[in-house]
Amino acid sequence: MSSSTKASRIGEELWKTRVDKVNAELVTLTYGTIVAQLCQDYDGNYQEVNKQLEKMGYNIGMRLIEDFLAKSNVGRCANFRETADMIAKVGFRIFLNIAPTVTNWTSDNNQFSLVFDENPLADFVELPDDGRAQDELWFSNILCGVLRGALEMVQMQIEAHFVSDVLRGDDTTEMRVSLVRYIEDEMPPEEE
Amino acid sequence: MAQPPRHAAMLSLSNSNSNSNSNSNSNLSTASDSRQPAHLATASHSSTGLRVPSNRKTIYDRHLNRSRNAELSRASFAFLFAEMVTYAQRRVTGIQDLERRLNEQGYPLGLRLLDLLFYRTISGSTSSALSSSSSTSASPPNRPLRILPLLHLIHGPLWRLLFNRPADALEHSVSPDTPNEYMITDNDPLVNTYISVPKEMSMLNCAAFVAGIIEGVCDGCGFEAKVTAHNQPTEMWPGRTIFLLRFGESVMEREKVLERAGVK
Repeated sequence: MSSSTKASRIGEELWKTRVDKVNAELVTLTYGTIVAQLCQDYDGNYQEVNKQLEKMGYNIGMRLIEDFLAKSNVGRCANFRETADMIAKVGFRIFLNIAPTVTNWTSDNNQFSLVFDENPLADFVELPDDGRAQDELWFSNILCGVLRGALEMVQMQIEAHFVSDVLRGDDTTEMRVSLVRYIEDEMPPEEE
Repeated sequence: MAQPPRHAAMLSLSNSNSNSNSNSNSNLSTASDSRQPAHLATASHSSTGLRVPSNRKTIYDRHLNRSRNAELSRASFAFLFAEMVTYAQRRVTGIQDLERRLNEQGYPLGLRLLDLLFYRTISGSTSSALSSSSSTSASPPNRPLRILPLLHLIHGPLWRLLFNRPADALEHSVSPDTPNEYMITDNDPLVNTYISVPKEMSMLNCAAFVAGIIEGVCDGCGFEAKVTAHNQPTEMWPGRTIFLLRFGESVMEREKVLERAGVK
C-alpha cells in the first residue's frame, strides 16, 4: 500500500472518529471576516494582508501540530515525500475535511505542490473588484503559515506560497511547498 | 451603522448572467482592470472586471445550500477565532474597545446571514420542514415585522445555522424603564469554549463577535439595535452569556403602531 493511500485511510478514519465538529459555514465566515478586517486595516495593501495572514497561520501552526500529533498518533515520517502525504491526507483532512493532491515533485524530492479541489476557507468568496485584489491578494494565505509553523515544530524549515488560486481566475488552486532544511536537534550543552 | 467598504467574505444570492459576462472578461489585461474601481458599488450580478476560472469554479456556479450541512473541525474554528481575538487585541485601548472591534467584525456576517436565512427558509418551506411556523396563513412569509418574530428568528434559525442548536433562553426585560431590552441566553457559547480570559480582563466576553452578528441581523431587518454580550455565570454554566438587545426608539414606536394595527 502506498504511503498516500495509507495516509488517506488514516485521515478518513480520524475525521470520522476523533474530530469534534462545528458547522462549516461558521468557520468559513469567521475566516472571511478576518481577511476582510485585514484588508480594511491595511487599507487595501494586499501584500501586507498576505504577510499578516501568513503570520497568523504561523501562530496557529505552532499550536496546531500538537493537536495533530495527539489525534493522529503517527510516528516520524521517513522522508519528505511521506511528510507531504501526511500533510495532505491526514492534516488537511482532520482540520478542513479536504485532501489536496500532492504533485509536481522536483527530482531532488524537496519541493511539491498541493492542488486544492476544494477549499472551505474560500466558499462564498469573491475578491473585491478593484483591479488589484485578483493580482495581489492570496486569500487563503493563512494556510502557508500554518504549514510553516507546524513543520517547524517537528524540525523542518519549509517555505510555502500559493502559485494560483481559483479566486484569481486561475483554473486551479495550487500551493508550492519547499523543504529548506531539517533543523538539527540542539541539545543544551550541559546535558550529555 | 454603515457597511464597511470591502467584504472578502461575501454571500451572494445572485445567480444570473455572471458567466456570459465573465467569459468575455477572462482575458482582460490589468490595464483595463484598473479602470474598474469607479464601479465598485455596482451590484455583484452586473458586469464585473473579475476574472473567473474557465472551469466555472465561481460562487455563482455553486449551490448556496452546498455547505448547509457540511462540517469542519471545531479546532479549526477555535484556532481562527483565537487568532482573530489576538489580532484585535493588539490594536485596541481596552476591553470595551476590544469588544467593539469584535462586534464590528461580526456585524457584516449578520447582514449576510440574514439573506441566507431567508433564502433557506423560503426554499425549505416547500419541503414542509418549516411550514409549521407559517400556521398563521395570512401573514407574509418569513420577514419579521415585529420584535418577537425577529427574536425567534435569532433564537432559533440563526443559532441553529451557526451552532447547530437553538439558544437557551429568550427573555424580555421586566423593568418598566427598559421595555426595549431583550435578552438571549447561551449557557455555553461555542465561541468561548477555547478562550481563557485573564483575571484582570474578567469583564471581557469574546462572544461580542456573536453580539455583532445579532446586531447585523437586527439592522438588516430594519430593527435598529445595540447588542452586547455579558458574562452571567451560574454554578452549572460557568460560561453562561447573556446577549442584551437594546432596540432603538424608532423601533419601539413602530412596534406600538403595528400592535394597534393588529400586525403580528
